Amino acid sequence: MKDEVDTREDRVANLKGMGCSRKRVEDARFTQGKGNYVDDIKLDGMLFGDFVRSPYAHARIKSIDTAAALEVPGVLAVLTAADLEPLGLHWMPTLAGDKQMVLADGKVLFQGQEVAFVVAEDRYAAADGIELVEVEYEELPVIVNPFEALKSDVVLREDLMGEGGSLPDGAHGPRKHHNHIFTWDAGDKEPTEEVIANADVVATESMYYHRTHPCPLETCGCVASMDKVNGKLTLWGTFQAPHAIRTVVSLISGIEEHNIRVVSPDIGGGFGNKVGAYPGYVCSVVASIVTGKPVKWIEDRMDNLMTTAFARDYHMTGKISATKEGKITGLHCHVTADHGGFDACADPTKFPAGFMNICTGSYDIPTAYLEVDGVYTNKAPGGVSYRCSFRVTEAVYFIERMIEVLAIKLDMDAAELRRINFIKKEQFPYQAALGWEYDSGDYHTAWDKALKTVDYDGLRAEQAQRVEDFKAGKTRKLMGIGLSFFTEIVGAGPVKNCDILGLGMFDSCEIRIHPTGSAIARLGTISQGQGHATTFAQILASEIGLPADSITIEEGDTDTAPYGLGTYGSRSTPVAGAATAMAGRKIRAKAQMIAAYLLEVHDNDVEFDVDRFVVKGAPEKFKTMKEIAFAAYNQAIPGIEPGLEAVSYYDPPNMTYPFGAYVCVMDIDVDTGVPEIRRFYALDDCGTRINPMIIEGQVHGGLTEALAVALGQEIAYDDMGNCKTGTLMDFFLPTAWEVPNYETDYTVTPSPHHPIGAKGVGESPHVGGVPCFSNAVQDAFRPFGNTHTNMPHDHWRIWKTANELGLHG
Amino acid sequence: MIPAAFEYYRPQDMAGVLAILEEHGDDARVMAGGHSLIPMMKLRMAEVPHLIDLQDVGGLSDITVEASRIVIGAMVTQADIIDSAELTAAAPILREAALQIADPQVRYMGTVGGNVANGDPGNDMPGLMQCLDATFTLVGSDGERDVPARDFYEAAYMTARDDEEVLTAVSIPLPSGGYAYEKQKRKIGDYATAAASVQITQSGGTCTSAAIAMTNLSDTPIFSEAAGAALVGTALDDAAIKSSVAAMLNDIDPTEDNRGPIAFKKHVAGVILRRAIERAWSRA
Ligand SMILES: Cc1cc2nc3c(=O)[nH]c(=O)nc-3n(C[C@H](O)[C@H](O)[C@H](O)COP(=O)(O)OP(=O)(O)OC[C@H]3O[C@@H](n4cnc5c(N)ncnc54)[C@H](O)[C@@H]3O)c2cc1C
Repeated sequence: MKDEVDTREDRVANLKGMGCSRKRVEDARFTQGKGNYVDDIKLDGMLFGDFVRSPYAHARIKSIDTAAALEVPGVLAVLTAADLEPLGLHWMPTLAGDKQMVLADGKVLFQGQEVAFVVAEDRYAAADGIELVEVEYEELPVIVNPFEALKSDVVLREDLMGEGGSLPDGAHGPRKHHNHIFTWDAGDKEPTEEVIANADVVATESMYYHRTHPCPLETCGCVASMDKVNGKLTLWGTFQAPHAIRTVVSLISGIEEHNIRVVSPDIGGGFGNKVGAYPGYVCSVVASIVTGKPVKWIEDRMDNLMTTAFARDYHMTGKISATKEGKITGLHCHVTADHGGFDACADPTKFPAGFMNICTGSYDIPTAYLEVDGVYTNKAPGGVSYRCSFRVTEAVYFIERMIEVLAIKLDMDAAELRRINFIKKEQFPYQAALGWEYDSGDYHTAWDKALKTVDYDGLRAEQAQRVEDFKAGKTRKLMGIGLSFFTEIVGAGPVKNCDILGLGMFDSCEIRIHPTGSAIARLGTISQGQGHATTFAQILASEIGLPADSITIEEGDTDTAPYGLGTYGSRSTPVAGAATAMAGRKIRAKAQMIAAYLLEVHDNDVEFDVDRFVVKGAPEKFKTMKEIAFAAYNQAIPGIEPGLEAVSYYDPPNMTYPFGAYVCVMDIDVDTGVPEIRRFYALDDCGTRINPMIIEGQVHGGLTEALAVALGQEIAYDDMGNCKTGTLMDFFLPTAWEVPNYETDYTVTPSPHHPIGAKGVGESPHVGGVPCFSNAVQDAFRPFGNTHTNMPHDHWRIWKTANELGLHG
Repeated sequence: MIPAAFEYYRPQDMAGVLAILEEHGDDARVMAGGHSLIPMMKLRMAEVPHLIDLQDVGGLSDITVEASRIVIGAMVTQADIIDSAELTAAAPILREAALQIADPQVRYMGTVGGNVANGDPGNDMPGLMQCLDATFTLVGSDGERDVPARDFYEAAYMTARDDEEVLTAVSIPLPSGGYAYEKQKRKIGDYATAAASVQITQSGGTCTSAAIAMTNLSDTPIFSEAAGAALVGTALDDAAIKSSVAAMLNDIDPTEDNRGPIAFKKHVAGVILRRAIERAWSRA
């Protein structure tokens, strides 16, 4: 037998298990144009729906006339709020405990809001119909600034007012003003204020983390098909959480959950944009029920940028205190959060500002306080976690800027200031002042490795020389060294404190081993490009000893996959990856009993070895997992049921806390504002590494989106609430041209509570990258008196900084 | 983004094109590469009930380098310009500019004729052609006429071309001396924040002629005669460049957009022109 001559290394290699850079199994179809995305779905008689959208940011709707649109050949129906009202579907619940209009009910609150849904035989007829729906608007005063909103008499949400103008509590407690949504806080207010009041040194800064958008290449969309004969609704769509969508659809439509099948086919990127529920889904379902035909809705790029979930839009004010030597003693943070017209943030229910309370970062800060006020404005709703766990990019940006600002105040090197304040290796598990328990970390090792690799001292010397040369008129380029050390909080999360709409945030895996030793595993998550079919098979290969190439991974069909909360917030590996390992171990436990029976020894006399069970002390006596699988189906084994299957629902005991150390070196043309990235070094510690190649790909992607956000990507509005960045001409999506060469590196600090020690990596580079790019820009101007300028650092804003510092002579 | 319904034509010769234009007047438009026109139709900013595709009309895709001039057919693509060694030898500024237009995919489709006929102040070739003192050949049912590039542009999307005319070729007097096309943009595929085309000749260290045109800094390309004149007769010292830049700033009239406010654009225009002059001079 071949097995007998294979060395142990050969057998390990043959599995393509954890730690190996297995090629992505998805890519064969993606690179050949054979993916199956929602817009590829074509059903007999399928109709197409599209929206009439509001040109105004705030207006009352006086009338809607659909007659001319209905005359267009091919247009079958035009739905308005009046049509949805009898079904109770003209409003829908949001993930944040608010409600949102499905179709404009008497008024509109943001430009692009859905006003009517035109259903036609094809998308061309729908587009012509949209042109002919006549809507009479009466413009209302527009508020695009949250600070103004909190002072204004204008009531944006009349629907939330109580009797006689009273202000009932919102989903997260008392509201201070009619345009205020919630106040949420963490930590100790008075002690923090006291520490700061009595500190040697206090640095204060206000910063705006601008509004941007995840902008996945594939926009949002769905196909709804109601089969009136058997009463079953099938909904294909770009859903990052298909099971949650099924439950929500059931709750709002009254269709029993077993009669709803939700399918997420291939998804072309999500980055948080595809977590929430959108009016397009509801209208497609209603239109399918009304017409009895399948109905497709697909956003175009402008719809996507202007109306489906944005990210960020946090106005943050910080105070950080320290001793003269630079030991941080306290941190205070206040956030005014602009949520737009409806509160449609996608956060766990108890966390209306997500995990913003990770904002003490990687530092041992004994006292801290965070307060967040959510505010309504006339902007699109959303507030999703764009390539990050809930509000973690905001938190990390905040602390990594505050550290720099403090370093300036102390006249200290920012790398050194970080070093003396890091949580020490021996302090883990570490209880942070704002409530989280960090699982593991070794920050000093990572930081020292990063600084050594980039020759930090050499860079600083070069920078000092550059400043001299600049002052002497020898160059017009400044050099910036961007530093960032981030700690993420991912893998939501423990059911005891994490739920979405009451659904606990566990995840799941179900495995079936086939008689011939191959397998299928189904998960409650859904890949949007992360490569789950590749990596989850690797986890299983190592756990159950069957080759990854013999394991199919399936996700996204609620009729077959076990219940799970989907993929976002880097939760797939920490939660579903853990479920996969645990289900694999159940398989292995049963396989051990079968092996012992076949080898005629006691259960405890066999042990697992790569791809087989061997008799302890007699390695020539073994049964391979392949043989065991066959036996499970063809032998009557006393006391053991036939078959080899397992399912695991994993409720994580804690979050995981990936971290990393990034350095960016940038040259800035003072006269044109053009930045040039000379070097970018990224060290990531995501615990156990499942597939180094996929990790590197994730890091490249996350850094590129970080570069985008830091250097130009924004959703901007004018005073009238018109979105100024609704196309890719103005919304910055970097290409190979703008992207530098990235150097990646790693350390490995496994998570102590995760079955395989993995922490998640997909979002780390974005979280750590944004402050790193931004700090590089800010650092270039530090010698000339800059403490902080807001992102995005596009050419004209960099130029403005130089101009304001008097560098244009 | 779905355009309104339109009728599609693909005539095989110019007579066929002109006949359709005559019949439908300004309800008809020709399409070259479609990379300016189709986006506008999809945004429903341009309604074109009768769309005439020029792809099958022969004789519009030649590049000819003659003793004293270059003739580029209207349907020559930006990629063709980049690929033509003969053209690059004769007028290297064309390749330098074409490489800064859009991205490779767009350049495979976008044509010289479409770029100069479009009338969008963001297009790079109109300013370039003004700098090179090119002439556009237009054909209509009344025959052919030539219009200098420097007289062609009236306002954004308004040109000297009549609705019933087709632009067939661009002729450029063979340039000499140093050249530069300098463009600042936010990213690949972006129109200019500011761009400058400069063509300069010298004799014994003194500038003998200079042509300067600016892009996306007014509602038309700006051929700044004064900016060129400020350099002629000088040794291209700092004072000469300063006065050239000052003259150019007098001629442009930028507006604020997402690229930045007016003060920024004027500052960048000055920096870009200075760099273009210096590079052109180093090659003169
Ligand atoms: C993403 C993107 C980025 C771009 N970036 C740039 C850039 O940086 N710089 C730049 O200069 N351009 C840029 N462009 C525009 C691109 O170069 C266009 O292709 C070009 O402007 C028009 O050429 P076309 O052949 O595609 O013309 P079309 O789109 O076919 O036509 C444009 C207009 O010209 C008219 N027209 C076309 N040919 C003729 C003719 N022979 N006679 C009379 N009228 C005619 C048409 O009727 C239409 O009104 C960009 C385009 C895109 C999509």
